[in-house]
Amino acid sequence: MRNFSYSRPGTFDEACRVTEHTRFLAGGTNLIDLMKSDVERPAHVTDLKSLSMNQIEELPDGGLRLGALATNADTAAHPLVIRHLPLLASAILAGASPQIRNVATNGGNLNQRTRCHYFYDPDMVCNKRSPGTGCSARGGRNRIMAVLGTSEACIATFPSDMCVALAALNAMVNLHGPEGERSVALRDYHRLPGETPWIDNVLQQGEIVTSIDLPSVSFGEHYTYLKIRDRLSFAFSIVSVAVGLEMESGLIRRGCLALGGVGTKPWCVPEAEALMKDKPPSHSLFRDVAERILEGAVVDRDNAAKLKLAPRVIERALWQAAEGTPQSQTCKTIR
Amino acid sequence: MNVVSANIGQPVPRIDGFAKVTGQATYAAEPHPPGLLYGVIVNSLIARGRIEAIHDEAARAVPGVIEVMTHHNRPHTALFEKSYVDGLGVPGSPYRPLHDGEIHFNGQPVAVVFAETFEAAREAAMLIQVDYERWPHNADFDAALYQKYMPSKTRSNYVPPKTRGNASEAYALSPIKIEGRFHLAPEHHNPMEMHATTVIPEEDCTLTVWDKTQGPQAVQTYLASALSLSGNEVRVRNPYVGGAFGSGLRAQHNVFLAALGAKMLKRPIRVTLTRPQMFTHVFRPEAVMDIALAADRDGTLQSIIVEGVTDTSRFEHNMENLVIWGPIGYKCPNATADYKIAPRDTYTSSDMRAPGAATGVNLFEMAIDELAWACGMDPLAFRLHNYSEIDAMHNMPLTSNALREALLQGAERFGWNGRPPAPRSLRDGREFIGHGMAIGIWDAMFSPTAARARLTSDGRLHIATPASDIGTGTYTILAQTASEAFGIPIDRIDIELGDSTLPECPTEGGSWTAASAGAAVWLACQSLREKFLKALAKSENTPERIRQSEVTLTEGELRGVRDGRREVFSLQEALSFIGEASIEAEETAKPGLRGKISEMRKARFTHSAVFCEVRVDEELGIVRVTRLVNAVAAGRIMNPKTAASQVRGAMVMATGMALHEESLMDERYGRFMNHNFSEYHIPSHADIPEMDVLFVDEKDEEVSPLGIKGVGEIGMCGTAAAIANAIFHATGKRYRTLPIMPGA
Repeated sequence: MRNFSYSRPGTFDEACRVTEHTRFLAGGTNLIDLMKSDVERPAHVTDLKSLSMNQIEELPDGGLRLGALATNADTAAHPLVIRHLPLLASAILAGASPQIRNVATNGGNLNQRTRCHYFYDPDMVCNKRSPGTGCSARGGRNRIMAVLGTSEACIATFPSDMCVALAALNAMVNLHGPEGERSVALRDYHRLPGETPWIDNVLQQGEIVTSIDLPSVSFGEHYTYLKIRDRLSFAFSIVSVAVGLEMESGLIRRGCLALGGVGTKPWCVPEAEALMKDKPPSHSLFRDVAERILEGAVVDRDNAAKLKLAPRVIERALWQAAEGTPQSQTCKTIR
Repeated sequence: MNVVSANIGQPVPRIDGFAKVTGQATYAAEPHPPGLLYGVIVNSLIARGRIEAIHDEAARAVPGVIEVMTHHNRPHTALFEKSYVDGLGVPGSPYRPLHDGEIHFNGQPVAVVFAETFEAAREAAMLIQVDYERWPHNADFDAALYQKYMPSKTRSNYVPPKTRGNASEAYALSPIKIEGRFHLAPEHHNPMEMHATTVIPEEDCTLTVWDKTQGPQAVQTYLASALSLSGNEVRVRNPYVGGAFGSGLRAQHNVFLAALGAKMLKRPIRVTLTRPQMFTHVFRPEAVMDIALAADRDGTLQSIIVEGVTDTSRFEHNMENLVIWGPIGYKCPNATADYKIAPRDTYTSSDMRAPGAATGVNLFEMAIDELAWACGMDPLAFRLHNYSEIDAMHNMPLTSNALREALLQGAERFGWNGRPPAPRSLRDGREFIGHGMAIGIWDAMFSPTAARARLTSDGRLHIATPASDIGTGTYTILAQTASEAFGIPIDRIDIELGDSTLPECPTEGGSWTAASAGAAVWLACQSLREKFLKALAKSENTPERIRQSEVTLTEGELRGVRDGRREVFSLQEALSFIGEASIEAEETAKPGLRGKISEMRKARFTHSAVFCEVRVDEELGIVRVTRLVNAVAAGRIMNPKTAASQVRGAMVMATGMALHEESLMDERYGRFMNHNFSEYHIPSHADIPEMDVLFVDEKDEEVSPLGIKGVGEIGMCGTAAAIANAIFHATGKRYRTLPIMPGA
């Protein structure tokens, strides 16, 4: 870790006054790790924990607002979340470990960095860590890397589970910056790596995630978060799927679907979701959805298994949602 | 604690547990002498080449930095390569840290920063830039296989395979056969406590070295030799070790560099490796085994052909006993095996829990299972039919072999009978259920060990042996042994371990400590008891009534009887009669009962039978181990609680071997890339079911003086195979590469 200065401002306006060498600190479960590994080298750390952003509240339209500083654990255990958005609770509980979820925040979850081995090892060239140096993950040990949304410059996955559910749920991210406030759809919040993989998301300098808004949904029991990983707990996903289906008299009125573990960002394909509109659940429909969402996937040296597994996981998750048997995150049996 | 039940064989809770959970147990990185400097190692970026320049100006400018030690400015060390040979005896040229500018492996230490604070040292270490001349390297195991060889000088514990019959002819003639290449990925030991050393220069110019090691005396000898010090200038202590699994068998570079720094700077030094740095030294070698097996139609094994290769470095010839386990354990008239090692430009692979057998037994038991299926036989019946009562490779009887009982009792506990033979016959919802089993076998070793017992005027018994408790429960079983041998409650016993100045003892490993140190403590306590009672009977000051009676010593009290009247008196009183402040005895335990049994005429093994249930979601590639039963035949069990804990721990590690653990070598750089606990997957709680460990009665008076065989490693052997074999029974698919991961 390198020396840095530290402040803990009491107001948003104060907090927004930063330089490009500032990093915002919330739970710290990712940033502190990265600083210890010499991946992040901020000159200044602005601790956001004195700002009041830890509310979880109902919005007038029936949706929910999650404060950026509410912890993952508090969010997943909140009665409003459990009642209205069990998909989100399930996705949060599929991630990390209880110890990490007790400290990690919702805002931090959106802004966590990739777990690419090569990003985490400062001895390796990495465009995401050191712009323009190259990508050592390509052609390397990349079982955990992305197959969708990759570029010549980067094949790192975005590791969050929570954001996969937020994408399926069409969340909005509320920001406060030097220029004022704005909102961005979660699906547009994270960026594809393209030629600038070091820019993970659309945050401008000094902008802070203040809260996440979730529209009201009527999935009932027709949702699931299904995560496949290399051990049954405390591992990032190889493939994960968040699904919510609005069902009415045996037909899917609206299908919401996002993938984790396979993309450089939470992966959504609206055309694939649209395929399900007003259709009854069927194997051929779900296979078509999987095919459509995985279109354009590219495998590298070690990650072909993701492409083999992904359609099966998508179809299984769709059936779990259609049948109203969401995946439990404590019982590891997959129905 | 109920003192009556503290004897050998009782499930006594760990006596060091309280000290550990309250932070009073001192580990290698915890002594905090005044003036302590922190050393942080800078590792090589490349796998092979030469350092052209080290730019340390920025590092030296960091406030608090005292020195940057490199091969240019390090103090004098031993001139000759042979001075760096450590106790493990791996042939070749031992790696000499900071010896010169040549790079032999990725992650090799190229500099050490010493600073007043850990933070300053780490920041400075990050600022050091090294220019390299890069030389071609190979870190790819498959490519290394083309250079496989048998070294002219082998490791001292290497058991060369012996051929019997004509295996290839028998293979050709047999009606039922299987063959295949089996593979194990490299693994890293990853004990919870990372390697660390604190070196304290004392006023009398000696060095006290707190090191994470399994052998304080081996480290003491190594340091004295490599740093050209005299032996009594170095004292090595390791009273507590937070796991090691073999990673502490050799003196690692942290202890050399910390001692070198102390020599250079004349100040106390601490060097602690980070978790990523734990992936820059020892690891379990990657292995392939080409196995061909053949049998008659009635399931009688006719031919075993095994060819195995493990990897080593370019500079040392690390070897394992990989290929011998099938030929030893199965009564097959024709067997042949061949072993070689393959060099790559990495650090030298090394012993990891049940070295050789963890790989060799598991991969062989996966092959045997394939043959049993090809013969149309139940896997258990096949093994009962073919296992050997003797060491079939050397044609030597065993000191004991309760494998049959283990197989039968394990099967009974598991409920093996009634298992439908065909794969894919058990199903629950979307999951296929599979039942698999395997045999485990491991050496029952013994190493001559000394111990000292001393009774002091406060009535306490002090036991000292430099054995290391690497987290296994050695303190506790030695206290139980002393309690029974001397006749004193366990709470009046103090055990001192892990100090190179104590009587001679081998490095902890190979599961020999319980048998060896246990015997030494037993003998020392018995000897002390005799000496004590004799002195008591002789002393002028002993009251007449006691001298003339038959005195007994139990539960820490002496009883004499005279004229039908019982007298009870304390150890303290007795010592005062003798007129000594303390009384002491030291003994060395040798193989066999008081050293009389020849260990050459009989072979000695621990056996086990492992049974496993898995549930497999075939479509998604998810394997859940839902039941594990391990029936272990390991002679006399000193403490069923700590012993079962050892077996369970090894079964967790073997589950990792079967399903999760793999160090991912990026051969382009020669570096293991998943060098942290987030990406090197040891099993989580969710991956581990309730584990049932049972110990089969096995009386063995020959294997070691107390009839003990040791249980630290047997749990590795067979467990991974039982899981792989259960996956076959669930799905009908054979996997020959471990670990078996989603998408395989």
